[in-house]
Amino acid sequence: MSVLEVRNLTKRFGSLVAVHDISLTVAPGELRAVIGPNGAGKTSFFNLVSGFFAPSAGSILFDGADITGVPAHRRVGLGMARTFQITEIFPELTIFENIRIVTEVAAGYRLRPWLNRSEMAELRHRIEETMALAALSGKADRVVGEMAHGDQRAAEIAMALALKPHLLLLDEPTAGMGDQETYEITQLIRRLHKAGHLTIILIEHDMRVVFHLADRITVLDQGRLLAEGTPQEIAANEAVQTAYLGQAA
Amino acid sequence: MTADQRKHLAVLAAIWAALLFAPYWMPLFGGYTALGSRVLVLGLGAMSLNFLLGFTGVLSFGHAAWFGLGAYACGLALKHIALSTPLGLLAGTLVGGVAGALLGTLLVRRRGIYFAMVTIAFGQVFYYIAFQWLSLTGGDDGLRGFARQPLHFGLFQIDLLHNDIYFYYFVLFCFAIAVGLMAFILRSPFGRTMIAIRENERRARFLGIPVELHIWIAFALSCFFMAFAGSLYALLNNFADPRMLHYSLSGDFVIMAVMGGMRTFWGPLLGAIVFVVLQDYISSVTVNWMSFIGLLIVLVVLFFPRGFLGMLRPRRAA
Repeated sequence: MSVLEVRNLTKRFGSLVAVHDISLTVAPGELRAVIGPNGAGKTSFFNLVSGFFAPSAGSILFDGADITGVPAHRRVGLGMARTFQITEIFPELTIFENIRIVTEVAAGYRLRPWLNRSEMAELRHRIEETMALAALSGKADRVVGEMAHGDQRAAEIAMALALKPHLLLLDEPTAGMGDQETYEITQLIRRLHKAGHLTIILIEHDMRVVFHLADRITVLDQGRLLAEGTPQEIAANEAVQTAYLGQAA
Repeated sequence: MTADQRKHLAVLAAIWAALLFAPYWMPLFGGYTALGSRVLVLGLGAMSLNFLLGFTGVLSFGHAAWFGLGAYACGLALKHIALSTPLGLLAGTLVGGVAGALLGTLLVRRRGIYFAMVTIAFGQVFYYIAFQWLSLTGGDDGLRGFARQPLHFGLFQIDLLHNDIYFYYFVLFCFAIAVGLMAFILRSPFGRTMIAIRENERRARFLGIPVELHIWIAFALSCFFMAFAGSLYALLNNFADPRMLHYSLSGDFVIMAVMGGMRTFWGPLLGAIVFVVLQDYISSVTVNWMSFIGLLIVLVVLFFPRGFLGMLRPRRAA
């Protein structure tokens, strides 16, 4: 059974069709990259999958169940987590505090006035586990808003992981990064993919990252599905080259 | 125990020691016990407002409404129901808190300036009701004819009315309970969701936190604390008047919180100390005391935008 299946997904904003009749299937444990020129509809596609927008037409199946009408915060509970193109963190709190809030909410403690000893120990264990996974253990007490961009990104990914998802949506995780930071985030994503039985969908502009990481690549162009295949197939695809390099005169 | 925790404990011990011995050291600086009680009560009000403003990131500009409702309900209970100080406190806290919780349901979808405007409007409604309803509230003359009552403990009783020092300790006891409860809530998982909403509402929502519900709970709790402070204020003055509901008093609470440091727990108390003491000293010299406080606020906002305490502890929340 597929983790994610979208059928004929369409999103219109007035006369603009941001996402046009896209159908695709992502298998369990797959690392899928979604690429395409600016304005191809990649982030709109993410917003539909994560429930930020309601689609104009089509349906979304998660673990085989139709979630088209399920609101964003309930999709989190079903095991879907995402990061954003603009880093979304709690800037004045430390790494530890950021991850603690997420872990507590994921554990269903958000209205609790207190926690007992065993709940606290279990929570601390999960927080430390998440920080270790994202290689942030040594930076637990650093205030996130004051950290380097790459570390903030890692923190955001850690926050998504703390939700214990089995589908992780990453929106341009290396946007605005230098070579070293890009390398580190790429390593982090690879490690997460190998360590957990995690299915990952990744929007990315950096082709080195995409070809380095992805099992399969989906190419969007002007809201339409242009091509889908392994990195080798995509690299050889003429339509993709035209979309990226422009029509030969 | 880490160095940070030791420092934290030392600061807490210093604060409580200063409050505990205030009736004995204040006279050395020209203070008097009733001024200390006033600082505590208004400080509790500022901390109650800041529970919402500093830790959920929601600005209410009408919190005097719950303060004043608490004061009136406390006074009316003492005057018409029974001569009991605890009953007055209970009545004031419940009336102000429940009114705040009910009206809060209409507020939680508003944000920023719209939230502030609606809270002002609610506050002014109560102000005009108190102003006009002569038979119940005494109108502009205020509610008189009640006084705080002795506390009975079977074998002995404590005379709160004639002994200012006893009353100060009663207020300090109430203050400690309310402040302890606030600190307890802020350290709970629920309290941390408040901070998450302040830090990044969009992110909090996508974590699965129903933001409106959590803002409503924080608002309602803040109203109960505020009404409790208002009830104490009625006991302090043996009097309640419409100005306790007016938005200019709401503004005073905001000033205390901002001046003291709204991202810190104790900042609003420090703000209240500065505000109340300056008001007391300067108003004995000139009726234009507000212009001096205004000047101070301008200086604080220009040079210490995080308030007195925020300046000492840069960039750390909670």
